[in-house]
Amino acid sequence: MKFKTFFWFVAPSVFMMLLFIAAPLISVFIQSFQVTQPVMQQVEVETCTPGFLTQTCTTEVKTVPTIDEETGKTITTTSWVGLQSYRNVLQMDKVWEAVSNGALRDILQIDFWRALRFTLVFTLLTLPLVIGVGLIIALAVNNATKAVRGPVIFISLLPFIITPVIGSLSIYWLFVGDGILTATLERWTGQDIAMFAQAWTIELLMYFYRVWHVAPFAFVIFYAGLQTVNMDTLESAIIDGANRFERLRYVIVPHLMPLIIFIALIHLMDCYRVFDEIIGFRSEAHVISLQWLTFNFLTPDDAGNRAISRAAASSMLTMIGIVILLILPLRRTWRDHKGGAH
Amino acid sequence: MYLKKLALAGAVSLMGTSAFAACAYENEVPLKSLSAGFEAWKAVTDAMAECGNFQAELDQEFRTKQPAAFEANPSLYHIGGVSNGTVTPLLNAGTIRPLDDLVAKYGQNLSPNQLIKVDGKTMAIAMMVNTQHLMYRSDIFEELNLDVPTTWDEVFAAAETIKAAGVVDHPIGATMKSGWNLAQEFVNMYPGFGGAFFNADNTTAVNSDAGLKALATMEKTLAYTDPEVLVSDSTYVQQQFQQGKIAISNLWASRGGAMDDEAESSVVGKVKMAAAPMAMDGGAPATTLWWDGIVIAANITDEEADAAFRLAMEGLDEEMVKANNEAAIWLVKGYEPGPLAEGAIATATASPAAPAYPSTTQMGLLHTALGNELPAFLTGERDAAATLVAIEEAYTTSAKEAGVLE
Repeated sequence: MKFKTFFWFVAPSVFMMLLFIAAPLISVFIQSFQVTQPVMQQVEVETCTPGFLTQTCTTEVKTVPTIDEETGKTITTTSWVGLQSYRNVLQMDKVWEAVSNGALRDILQIDFWRALRFTLVFTLLTLPLVIGVGLIIALAVNNATKAVRGPVIFISLLPFIITPVIGSLSIYWLFVGDGILTATLERWTGQDIAMFAQAWTIELLMYFYRVWHVAPFAFVIFYAGLQTVNMDTLESAIIDGANRFERLRYVIVPHLMPLIIFIALIHLMDCYRVFDEIIGFRSEAHVISLQWLTFNFLTPDDAGNRAISRAAASSMLTMIGIVILLILPLRRTWRDHKGGAH
Repeated sequence: MYLKKLALAGAVSLMGTSAFAACAYENEVPLKSLSAGFEAWKAVTDAMAECGNFQAELDQEFRTKQPAAFEANPSLYHIGGVSNGTVTPLLNAGTIRPLDDLVAKYGQNLSPNQLIKVDGKTMAIAMMVNTQHLMYRSDIFEELNLDVPTTWDEVFAAAETIKAAGVVDHPIGATMKSGWNLAQEFVNMYPGFGGAFFNADNTTAVNSDAGLKALATMEKTLAYTDPEVLVSDSTYVQQQFQQGKIAISNLWASRGGAMDDEAESSVVGKVKMAAAPMAMDGGAPATTLWWDGIVIAANITDEEADAAFRLAMEGLDEEMVKANNEAAIWLVKGYEPGPLAEGAIATATASPAAPAYPSTTQMGLLHTALGNELPAFLTGERDAAATLVAIEEAYTTSAKEAGVLE
């Protein structure tokens, strides 16, 4: 393809990527080093609030933002604060203190590290499960008789098309309080079960939900890959006396390796941004994720305050985390790619 | 035949829309409002809609939308529904207008109690009061021969008896969902022990003896609640009550009406209200007083503001209150306090009275800090003293970022 043709072919998508990905990223990057705050002033205010029959009026000194007389907008100042927002999020002083005291568990009481712990465990634990379950379904469907294949594929794909937040809410409602499944389990075991009362049961449900939700994606990819397995190699493996497992181990899996890497990449990127489960399961008291942390910084309180700077720092840290996680699989793809070019 | 039917259907639907016979006038100016979505707001906005040309948005997430929507010029909404917690950002940004002229013009039926004055200027019109107060199953209390508790110690004693009797799943229901709700529990309890939230220099004072006592009381509650209490919000507790699973709760007065809703509740007539329990003898009820009311945007034309206020007065009239007497503890003329209002009135008129929820920037920041740091204490990961230190630090960090502290 001529360069010019190529250029005009990709230009719209490059433009969109610059506008919607690069520009916000740069903006967030800059904001993570800045703090914008209103200019506050102390004023004495008399406020009257209703009781049931009469009002109570109180006079107190309030700290309120200054409003520009002309524009009617709040006057704000923006200052460069260096790494202060990162320090506020990471709280390294407390981390070192915990390390020097030998009380490593204390680190997990800092929101960022608590969120990082869960996010990492969640990502790394669900990864092999998604790939494994996806592969098993793909092999099962591939070996199923043609007549049932269509319906089986359809049913296997269902979890994937459910909107994540709706899916997690459904699981929540099935298990919370006297939800159908909890009630059934309680009748069955004769014990009072509270799935949302402690961290580990919530985490277990989250792992289960994520694998249930994403495995169909892995399945579809693997199933497509299985159609391209070289039959000659498989047949010669059979002649060489390879059993089913050996054929899987030495023929099929190596053939699917690029797809496994692909799914691992997508899964790492998606999982590191785990969010819907936290909101759907209302697990903030027990389990939080990095993405939720950013969201929490951005949510305005009743007085309208948002911690924009810390939110920016927290999203930058999330991005750095994803990049670190992706280095390994990306290096492998890069090597394969270079190898293939020879 | 078909045409005839169509014409008939058209006529009927026209009759439907011209229901603003109930309104004293016909509204000519297109108006919009944004408010919370609970029962009382539905009643008020429905009454406003009778005058025509009015679009109401009822959204429980209104608090996150309102500041930005009112800051737009022209404002995206003319009428806002606020409470004393959520009016703060609007007051701070100057996006709502003083209403004194309009009150003089259309507010003949308002009582002075309804006018929310800031520095002598009326900035909002209150329509109802709300507070968290004691709700209890009167049938269970009678059966077990229990007195209505007036302090938290008595609540725990009663809960112990109820637990021993095993008549309900969990004696106490609590709105302790991690975040805003849980923080609110502390905000109720802490002043009950005589604690002040802030020092004169805007630093927080929660790391105190009263703070420790408030935490201890909250922890005691856990022994009697559902183990999943850290996910239960007001709606969840309301449903637990309606389904007869709990016997006592310090719940919002605005949820009272739902107890006698025959379509949902299996305990109609059995839930009674009393003043919020006191945290210590001779103290104020351990709760905060709230009001809900309307504000008018600043960034709209005077004609629109005029029409909006007139419409709001139509929504807050006697007729609406009479039709929806049980929907709230109304401040509007014509309200007749029923049995469901007893608890809220007792709370509001107690001496010393419960404090109003402070509408300040600092309180917003502290509320968030509380909501984020309290769960670790209740799950047992952190002790009370360390939790108070963590709350103090979290508040200090965000207060510095917000420019409240140097």
